[in-house]
Amino acid sequence: MLWYVLRRLAYVLPILLGVSIVCFSLLHLAPGDPLTAVMPEFASDQVIEQIKRSYGFDKPVPVQYLLWLFNALSGNLGLSQVANRPVLDEIVPAMVNTFQLAAFGIGLSLLGGIGLGLLAGYTRRLVTDRAITTTAIIGVSVPHYWVGLVLIAILAVTLGLLPAMGKAPPSPGFGLDDIRHMILPGITLALIPTGIIARSVRATVIDVRKQEFVQTLQANGLPPRRTFLHVVKNASPTVLAIIGIQLGHLVGGSILVETVFAWPGTGYLLNNAIAYRDIPVLQGTILVLATFFVMLNFLVDLAQPFLDPRMTRQ
Amino acid sequence: MSAGDHTPVDGNAGTFLSVRNLSVEFQSEGMPLRAINGVDFDLHLGETLCFLGESGSGKTVTMRSLVQLLPPTARIGGKVWLDGIDVLTLDADRLRAIRGTQVSMIFQEPMTALDPVFTVGHQIAEVVVCHEGVSWSTGRARALEMLELVQVPSARRRLDAYPHELSGGLRQRVMIALALSCKPKLLLADEPTTALDATVQIQILLLLRELQRELGMATIFVTHDLGVACEISDRVAVMYAGRFVETGAMAEVIDGPRHPYTIGLLNSTVHAGSERGKLAPIPGAPPDLLDMPPGCAFAPRCSRVVAACAERVPDLVEVAPGRSARCPRTGDPGISLPGPTPPGFPLPRE
Repeated sequence: MLWYVLRRLAYVLPILLGVSIVCFSLLHLAPGDPLTAVMPEFASDQVIEQIKRSYGFDKPVPVQYLLWLFNALSGNLGLSQVANRPVLDEIVPAMVNTFQLAAFGIGLSLLGGIGLGLLAGYTRRLVTDRAITTTAIIGVSVPHYWVGLVLIAILAVTLGLLPAMGKAPPSPGFGLDDIRHMILPGITLALIPTGIIARSVRATVIDVRKQEFVQTLQANGLPPRRTFLHVVKNASPTVLAIIGIQLGHLVGGSILVETVFAWPGTGYLLNNAIAYRDIPVLQGTILVLATFFVMLNFLVDLAQPFLDPRMTRQ
Repeated sequence: MSAGDHTPVDGNAGTFLSVRNLSVEFQSEGMPLRAINGVDFDLHLGETLCFLGESGSGKTVTMRSLVQLLPPTARIGGKVWLDGIDVLTLDADRLRAIRGTQVSMIFQEPMTALDPVFTVGHQIAEVVVCHEGVSWSTGRARALEMLELVQVPSARRRLDAYPHELSGGLRQRVMIALALSCKPKLLLADEPTTALDATVQIQILLLLRELQRELGMATIFVTHDLGVACEISDRVAVMYAGRFVETGAMAEVIDGPRHPYTIGLLNSTVHAGSERGKLAPIPGAPPDLLDMPPGCAFAPRCSRVVAACAERVPDLVEVAPGRSARCPRTGDPGISLPGPTPPGFPLPRE
């Protein structure tokens, strides 16, 4: 087991390193000189040199990268060029908001995806299965920001049932108003993962139920609820892997949804950072989100052997 | 209907399983497919009956229909009495109650027939817990007992093993332990040695024979392997295209087969001494169940075919006490050819 953890970790580290290199390169890949914003107009060559040196641009690129990485690891992601405050101070509250919304969306998509998937898998080729499969395809295919706009138009603007924008004003504790603000963006965010999870749960359940051991369970007279447990445990490793990826997408892909609903999370932050060319914020946010995505899948990998004992042996 | 109001069909008090006019039809798109037709037999406790035949002859379907373990498209007809219980009329709950406790099944491929993500101890204990309502620790104790019964070495350690951690032979032993965990009186074995190495096959056969005698179970053994059939069974029913074509005591059928198909089966089996004798395969292939010949299903492949064969399906007639064959020419002189020497492993018998 320890060997398995170490081997998984050995896969994760190079990926994280790659992520950091991509984030760092943003600075150099983005069109335009990053120093234009801070450079005084008509600066003399000497001043330019001095500014370059103060920002560390005089050093070779690999050294710049290592310095940047070292700073990032110690929590120093630099200064936001727009807000002129540490990037970390921008990211942390945004992260909290994003996770709050994501947790809500994840809850919805797990509940909906697993529930619908099981129902479809157990009623294969019947009306319920067909209805669920079709809905899932629509859910996956329709752009979610567009659904968000439609939801706002109907439920918020026309019917006035739910707030259209933003987060509830800060108040002590977590109340009904917080939830009301999360419903529309939460549903929008959950749409695609729900469809994908439902489809993979359905396919996996159908696949598992065809296996011979299910007949052994029936031949031994086990009640349906026990057979169901066997099916669920056999289906869980596959489904968990897909859920892991979907959750990562859900957090990372919230940029459009958060923009549509003006939700002050990382997606919103990213959107603004792109608009204002605030590269340190962009770098920091992407680094944090990508690390989250990688770590999430690492955790999924770690959980797999507990569900399927065959995984540790290779 | 209540379970007690049935008297065994043949009036024989020792009969444990009684099957009458059993038929199975699969409702496929378009025409229904008749897989089993008019199967009758009786089985006593302590007796082993073997269904022998090629793939697709209906051996497995016949066996599975006894406990209704068939896909939902199957329609089962006829009567099955198990210890006085009319099995085919049972509702789902009652059927579940006899599965595992009265009738159990062993499958061909133990790797896929065991759940890969639960330990073997858990799988055995689960059956005991579900049927007997005992605690999990009692179930686990029974699991250990069962693994010892089927001679799994270091049984206590193997309780916590997963199926993939065991060899094929051990897996099949576990499968047997699982099937016997609630002391069934009828064991259905579906080619339980086919997927195993030859040396392991013999061990499993010996174990099954020993357990069957020790526990006094009635056993139905499905195989296409004549050698295996010889070793394990008292009686044999040779199946072809969903019908019994010949039944009788194993040794008698081997010594003097009456049906041309049985003769063909014996002649096409590789066994001790066949380097001297000639190996004679049966020409042609089994018929398409959707497009059956009007008369005897074997007629198109039969070397002894006469006009009567094509007229109607021959009856299964008694040709000697306890022996029947479904062939219009069984009475003809010369049809009861001396069969080849009994094939099989040189196992100690009794």
